[in-house]
Amino acid sequence: MSIAVTHRGPAAAPVPPEPAPAPVNYLNVSHTIWSWLFTVDHKRIGLLYLGSISVFFVIGGIFAALVRTNLLMPNGAFLSEDAYNRAFTAHGVMMLFFFLIPAVPGVMGNFFIPLMIGAKDLAFPKLNIASWYVFMIGATFSGWAVLVGGIDTGWTLYPPYSSRASQSNVLPGVMGVFISGFSSIMTGLNIMVTVHKMRAPGMTWGRLPLFVWSLYATSLIQLLATPVVAVTLVLLMVERAAGIGIFDPSIGGDPILFQHLFWFYSHPAVYIMILPGMGVVSEVLTCFSRKNIFGYHAVAWSSMGIAVVGFLLWAHHMFVAGISFYAALLFSLLSMLVAVPSAIKVFNWTATLYRGSITFHAPMLLSLGFLVLFTVGGLTGLFLATLGTDIHLHDTYFVVAHFHFVMVGGMVIAYMAAVHFWWPKMTGRMYSDWWSRVASVIMIVGFFLTFVPQFIMGYHGMPRRYPNYPQEFQILNVMSTAGSSVLGLGYLLPGIYLPLSLFFGKKVGANPWSATGLEWTTPSPPTVHNFEVTPIVVCGPYEYAIGVDQMGRGLPEPPGAQDDPSHRDGSTGPSGPMKKETEVVG
Amino acid sequence: MSASTHSPVLKHHFEDLGQQHACERLGIWMFLATEILFFGGIFGAYTVYRLWYPHEFVFASSHLNRLFATINTVFLITSSLTITLAIRSAKLGDRAALIRYLLITAALATAFMVVKGFEYAEDFHEHLVPGPSFSHEIEKEAVDKGLDPGKVQLFLCFYYIMTGIHGIHIIVGIGCILWLVWEAWRGTIPPENYSTVEVVSLYWHLVDAIWLFLMPLLYLAGAGYGAHH
Ligand code: HEM
Ligand SMILES: [Cu+2]
Repeated sequence: MSIAVTHRGPAAAPVPPEPAPAPVNYLNVSHTIWSWLFTVDHKRIGLLYLGSISVFFVIGGIFAALVRTNLLMPNGAFLSEDAYNRAFTAHGVMMLFFFLIPAVPGVMGNFFIPLMIGAKDLAFPKLNIASWYVFMIGATFSGWAVLVGGIDTGWTLYPPYSSRASQSNVLPGVMGVFISGFSSIMTGLNIMVTVHKMRAPGMTWGRLPLFVWSLYATSLIQLLATPVVAVTLVLLMVERAAGIGIFDPSIGGDPILFQHLFWFYSHPAVYIMILPGMGVVSEVLTCFSRKNIFGYHAVAWSSMGIAVVGFLLWAHHMFVAGISFYAALLFSLLSMLVAVPSAIKVFNWTATLYRGSITFHAPMLLSLGFLVLFTVGGLTGLFLATLGTDIHLHDTYFVVAHFHFVMVGGMVIAYMAAVHFWWPKMTGRMYSDWWSRVASVIMIVGFFLTFVPQFIMGYHGMPRRYPNYPQEFQILNVMSTAGSSVLGLGYLLPGIYLPLSLFFGKKVGANPWSATGLEWTTPSPPTVHNFEVTPIVVCGPYEYAIGVDQMGRGLPEPPGAQDDPSHRDGSTGPSGPMKKETEVVG
Repeated sequence: MSASTHSPVLKHHFEDLGQQHACERLGIWMFLATEILFFGGIFGAYTVYRLWYPHEFVFASSHLNRLFATINTVFLITSSLTITLAIRSAKLGDRAALIRYLLITAALATAFMVVKGFEYAEDFHEHLVPGPSFSHEIEKEAVDKGLDPGKVQLFLCFYYIMTGIHGIHIIVGIGCILWLVWEAWRGTIPPENYSTVEVVSLYWHLVDAIWLFLMPLLYLAGAGYGAHH
């Protein structure tokens, strides 16, 4: 360094200073298509996931629109009954296996876990890119099955209908789900090993960001539950392909066994879908209320609690399928138990908000939406987990509304919050603040309009998965369909302003939200190896009260402060002075 | 900077070889956990039906060829020993011995698959297959004994699926071992980087261990069947 300066120094006449070379980051380090397709950089892989799941989200959304539009008329608006079955199955399969499950672990997990723990990459970079390819192969199988005519079994694939009677493309569809399961296992394994072994000096378990904790718990479920559904699907495929079987009652097999094995995965899978969202929300709520999270350890351990208890509840999907009364009683009781760690989280988030100095940017608005919608969804889960009420509500629109509240109102909203929160870090650009706030509000309002009527329909007994219904339900169905177009608009907007921000958005510094995590200490977009020098972590993840990041350095002014004229001293940006420390501490 | 930091086998994103090996070991153990659950699902299903239909399962099992299975057990246990010796050779830096033991292991695994092939051929020849071509003699024999031939076929479904999936694992294992041979031959398994051998060997031990469950569940269930009836 010093040598270079003297070499140039004295002889230099007043030559105008050369423009500084554009910094090399993971986006511009190389440009060919192959440099993306053969990348082992976790950040690029995260973007590959972002691109592909966005496509699947649109496809799933189109099928949702078909289903909802068809329900405008009591006798079905335009789809044949058969086409209707295929449409809701395609919607479920696409959204669950190819959007919700990979969304946050695949995009944000890949991108941010190494950054958040101060590592150069995930432990197994080649396995990581392999997991994306495996995912795409699975999606190709299932997508192909949908294109050449679809599947009509519903996403739950219950035999013997799926193994024998169905005339649709069950085999390639199931094959795709089976294959994408391996991708899920690979990602989970990679994240777990990375969190165990690759943390930067000083990054103790007690200093891990809660997002990392939540993905750790998610990975545990992915690792322990996915293999069981994998073998179940193998059995189903053999049964269908070879015409012999294990679930086939005509040779003494038992279709209920399929349901046990399937839900042993698929109940924990609903937590694969929600835990990452909880992690996102924990990050966002603390950042935009400028407060340390309330009860860090409780939030971290409740993730693990949910992961463990989540394995004990599967048979609450089978209360009316012929399990014994005592088994039903036990599973009902155990289902109540999972409400405890979930409630711990909700209480801690609420306590975090209490007396915080809150700013309402898009990630925050969405996270607050999550808080409400997830709570409603979770509480209605208790209605279903109660034996008596479930017999009334089972397979009605009440169930549909319940799981959409947690999965769409919860997880999709949290995913949107994550995209908005980390977009400036991933791209180096800020999107339109106004439009993003508008979109957030539209999403939440549209969501309510869509799914609240479904609770009412379900409560009054409208069954799910039927294309026809009695006249009296029409008004509620029309409301729900209308709401879904508002919701669709809410999703469309980020699809416009986020890409636009890439070209017209304001360039941001390392830490536009003035957040505390390690990922905000590197440039935006991050350099190829994440950190110039391995960071040394000296404090917990949310030291907002004393205004320092995890390396103990002062935070820039938070974004809301700029609106306050007393702060207009131009000292924003990552190298700004420490926040008025004395004031906060004293 | 310690010497190990400059080792050519150190991947760029690790701080040192210790971290790299720790990751590899933890990774393989986690993978093994998923494998156990994968087989666990099918073992669980087998156990349920075994408890429901004990007589049919014992009867069906007695038709399997225990001789082939015993030979195969010997092959697999021996291969577990040879792959362990391969780790030792790798640790000592004895490349010739490493390659030799790996090749013996791969040969034993191949022998297993060959015997398995003969066994399947014999089963097919005897129409010991579920579905429409199921042997009429066995069906009649079952009915004579007051057993339900459908459930005899159910056992056979398990037999083919379990041994089939296990066979696929063996083939993958052979591939991994041959890949190690190639790496060892190129000289990329120096003594300080023997953990790749260890990783493959752990996988191989699992495949071996699963066979040690399949053997009694499938083949020995019907042992001594004739003696009691
Ligand atoms: C936390 C996130 C949750 C998600 C993502 C979720 C998701 C789902 C899904 C997808 C279904 C429908 C399955 C089907 O297609 O048949 C469902 C049903 C059900 N959920 Fe949840 N759920 C969550 C939380 C809960 C909680 C906390 C409880 C209980 C305390 C619960 C209890 C139930 C019950 C009992 C059913 C079965 C209802 C029936 O079919 O009669 N869920 N949930
Ligand atoms: Cu459940």
